[in-house]
Amino acid sequence: MQVPSHVEYERAASLQHALSLLTRPDARAVAGGHSLIPMMKLRLAQPELLVDINGLTELSFIALDDGQLRIGALARHADLLDSAVAGRCYPIFHDAERVVADPIVRLWGTIGGSLCQADPSEDLSAAFAAARATAVIRGQDGERTVPVRQFHLGPYETVIGPGELLAEVRVPVLPATGSAYEKVSRRVGDWSIAAAGAVLRLGGAAERPVIVSAGIGLTAVGAEHFVAAEAEEFLRGRAADEESFAAAGAIAARGCHPAADQRGPEDYKRHLVAELTTRALRRAAARVRLDA
Amino acid sequence: MTIRVAVSVNGTEYVREVEPRLLLIHFIRDDLGLTGSHWGCDTSNCGSCVMWLDGRPVKSCTLLAAMADGRAVRTVEGLERNGKLDPVQQGFIECHGLQCGFCTSGMLMTARWLLDHHPDPDEAQIREVISGQVCRCTGYENIVRSVRWAAEHEGASRMAEDGPA
Repeated sequence: MQVPSHVEYERAASLQHALSLLTRPDARAVAGGHSLIPMMKLRLAQPELLVDINGLTELSFIALDDGQLRIGALARHADLLDSAVAGRCYPIFHDAERVVADPIVRLWGTIGGSLCQADPSEDLSAAFAAARATAVIRGQDGERTVPVRQFHLGPYETVIGPGELLAEVRVPVLPATGSAYEKVSRRVGDWSIAAAGAVLRLGGAAERPVIVSAGIGLTAVGAEHFVAAEAEEFLRGRAADEESFAAAGAIAARGCHPAADQRGPEDYKRHLVAELTTRALRRAAARVRLDA
Repeated sequence: MTIRVAVSVNGTEYVREVEPRLLLIHFIRDDLGLTGSHWGCDTSNCGSCVMWLDGRPVKSCTLLAAMADGRAVRTVEGLERNGKLDPVQQGFIECHGLQCGFCTSGMLMTARWLLDHHPDPDEAQIREVISGQVCRCTGYENIVRSVRWAAEHEGASRMAEDGPA
């Protein structure tokens, strides 16, 4: 029988209340708890105080606002999957959400919780990194913003400090942009063996599109900040065609650091990175509407 | 340290003092004695512990009882009404949707939720919604048939709001 160790529990009545409770260094915010509670059962996390933020419904929004897609930290995975506006601007989030755990877990687990868990195998970190999203962090003295690409300090570690809470994630909505996420796992609902997300902004003539900018996120393969930076740089200014996509996939595969584990050996994971990056770029490009 | 939890389960109000670390599944089974919900893998993989919290199915081995304070829980015991089984329960009987029965209460709660939101689901929708729940007896074929049976045999007017949860 797995049960968490003894822990204190407080329900946050307001954002200010939550921030004040979270100043205790041994406190952890809990919302869905679908990552934290299993870790507490295994004693991999042993907070002394849980601050339940499920009541802070002002953080549950998903909205298009002033050229940005804004996703509240307390939005559930199912909310993001159900959001038509998110799917229209960034189909990568719908692709990724379809393969995050299972439909029941997605009803309760939150976007903010996934990002703050900072699990190297978690899907949304790579998707938000590909989209060059910004994390909005609330503290007692106001808010600060951190690019998602600098949000994770390492496995299970983020820039969130005591007395702070991830409040929302903002993603710039740009014209002529397409995105996609491709994942391979051992079975439905499992963590990635490897996955790749791509966000492409195209320009030029519709019959010969050129890549204006590329974002590539990689999951579970030891990519620094979940990003394939060299492949992104390679793509800038190149033709949006199969040759570019395959070359970028090869660069991404070389530049990551997958570890052999029960999900597969290193060379297999690199093979997946090359193939999935290519597929994600192909699908992202096909979703761009240059006439829009 | 204990905390007070006031929760409505299948329309009945319960108030208990519990440890904050108590999991919702153990609260429902051991403190309230409602043993229809099953405690399985303990890792939110198998789905035996699925019950509703404020109208949505959740894996109750990965929630604290404290999180249910002020909320409404619905368990498999809350499906039957006035001595009449819910159509999903009847469907599992008609189509042999269970053998050992361990996964069944979770499957029933998810199926009820699916039909409340998609009254006429196709096979792919049914398989998708139960994809986080494990059955080692049926190979899922008969579970899919059972949910389809329910979809075909319940009144179109039946919606979530007529339930106690």
